Amino acid sequence: MAPEQTIAVRNDLAEGVVVVCPCGDVDMSRSPDLRVALRAVHEKRPMKLVVDLEQVGYMDSSGLATLVEAMRTAKGNKTSMVLCTMNDKVRAIFEIARLHQFFTIVDSLDDAIAV
Amino acid sequence: MSDRPHIRVELLSNPIYLCGARELVGSVAKRLGFDDLDCSKIALAVDEALCNVIRHGYQRRTDRPIWISIWPVENGSGKPAGIKIVIEDEAKQVEPLKMRGRELADVRPGGLGVHIIREVMDEAQYERRKGKGMRLTLVKLAHAGAAPVRLSSRSAQSVVASKRQASGR
Repeated sequence: MAPEQTIAVRNDLAEGVVVVCPCGDVDMSRSPDLRVALRAVHEKRPMKLVVDLEQVGYMDSSGLATLVEAMRTAKGNKTSMVLCTMNDKVRAIFEIARLHQFFTIVDSLDDAIAV
Repeated sequence: MSDRPHIRVELLSNPIYLCGARELVGSVAKRLGFDDLDCSKIALAVDEALCNVIRHGYQRRTDRPIWISIWPVENGSGKPAGIKIVIEDEAKQVEPLKMRGRELADVRPGGLGVHIIREVMDEAQYERRKGKGMRLTLVKLAHAGAAPVRLSSRSAQSVVASKRQASGR
């Protein structure tokens, strides 16, 4: 059985913007895939990195750690990083970890590209 | 009520099975009356506990046993008032008092699991198992202040005590 495809990367939505779209549960077994995808994007030094969480139903602290690492890299590269379209369950873990203020989080992909 | 778990499952310390543990715990919490968001948070706490066992206890070995036991916590009239979950392993033993989360102001990857567990659950108590391994007892009450008087283990008393302590009573 082929492994489930969990992460799409788009760079056709706006100039200089890369959108990473993980899918499914981002937990200890899958966050390494997200880390690899985000590192690959960072190597291209985009102006903006958007992580679209619309298709993520669940995230644990390993997913948070992956995004914190990506945010640190983004700041070092002067890449703007935005998270968007997270559901209430995913948002809850950001709030529990007090990380909702560390990230720029918006409601929609359009907002993430425009902000 | 008997101390015998209503549910007891064994899984291997492989992260690919975390989803199954979350589904089990979330589904049972739902049947015990928790809303969707609380079910998700309870499942998150269990997920974080299992991740800690796999990552730190078993050093990422994927073939070691972990046991999850579940009991309902009942109120005085026998209705569900919460959930008690015990997670046991055969991993290396650590000093329970050292099981603390890091300071949240120090924003960096990792180290959030214990903080999340303690934030989400009403009780989170680590102890050494007799012989080898650790035991983590988690309790979540359905309503703040509900007294789980039908829970016959010591856990019920400590939940009430911790609630009173938290409220200054």
